[in-house]
Amino acid sequence: MAVCVAVIAKENYPLYIRSVPTENELKFHYMVHTSLDVVDEKISAMGKALVDQRELYLGLLYPTEDYKVYPHTWQWLRVWGFPAVAGLCTVMPCLGLSQSPRIKSVFPNQLCSYGYVTNSKVKFVMVVDSSNTALRDNEIRSMFRKLHNSYTDVMCNPFYNPGDRIQSRAFDGMVTSMMIQVC
Amino acid sequence: MRTRGAGRLLGREGRRMADAVLFEFLHTEMVAELWAQDPDPGPGGQKMSLSVLEGMGFRVGQALGERLPRETLAFREELDALKFLCKDVWAAVFQKQMDSLRTNHQGTYVLQDHSFPLLIRMASGLQYLEEAPKFLAFTCGLLRGTLSTLGIKSLVTASVAALPSCKFQVVIQRS
Repeated sequence: MAVCVAVIAKENYPLYIRSVPTENELKFHYMVHTSLDVVDEKISAMGKALVDQRELYLGLLYPTEDYKVYPHTWQWLRVWGFPAVAGLCTVMPCLGLSQSPRIKSVFPNQLCSYGYVTNSKVKFVMVVDSSNTALRDNEIRSMFRKLHNSYTDVMCNPFYNPGDRIQSRAFDGMVTSMMIQVC
Repeated sequence: MRTRGAGRLLGREGRRMADAVLFEFLHTEMVAELWAQDPDPGPGGQKMSLSVLEGMGFRVGQALGERLPRETLAFREELDALKFLCKDVWAAVFQKQMDSLRTNHQGTYVLQDHSFPLLIRMASGLQYLEEAPKFLAFTCGLLRGTLSTLGIKSLVTASVAALPSCKFQVVIQRS
């Protein structure tokens, strides 16, 4: 299930960006922004390739290991270095520091971002949380196909001016069905 | 005009004759309506109506450029995009392909259609020659809109020497 979905125009500004409500949505925005670099690299690589069939689907852009860490554990980060944080964070609650109201839970997230580019150079970037279920390539492709079809419908809507932010409720509904429910 | 993909209109799932005829009638009425409302029949007023028609064609072309090219990222260069216009777009909208495409390889393309469907019902020869340009404005906009969705800025003009044959000239604007 997707955690963040973004539609980026060909001039590289977002037409639509929506993520699962968390306390740090900006992190998803940054992730989408950095994914754009990878997308551009893939597009220019494709331009030089001599293959006849060039895919719209770009595949896995890059995975990140993302650790949700709370404020007073930052000092551990500096001392022990990044990879050790996970171990420490799981240990700390056992040390009785879980009485502190600021530690709620600490767990590693594996976030992967996938890309797709259309013939009109509009890019779709999807950030997926793959720690719970392993999503197969086919499922990601079908999610992108649904996104592409909905985007085409938005484009054909006479009340939509190309280049504006997407405000279609039908598009919102389709994206909601693709995102996870976080309670 | 809402299309469901070139496949259906190209007759792979059974030809729907009504689609083409409906568009022709709608187009005729659009031109008639925009011309009739014009209180100033002089050259200034005519230019307004032509640009309104061209603007409508542009928006339709933008949507068509999004809906038609599917599955493959096929446009490695401009010529591919122009070929797509001549084959797929023309076939989807007018049920036939463009008759000839010529280029000077420096950004100018001339697309020629020997029997343009929107003009074929009018006359065959030189009668009504001065009325023909307003029936081409929407199509010029359509071509410009489709090219703009594919990322190519262009200027499209049309000329008629003898009905129903017409030429569309596409000049790519490089900035």
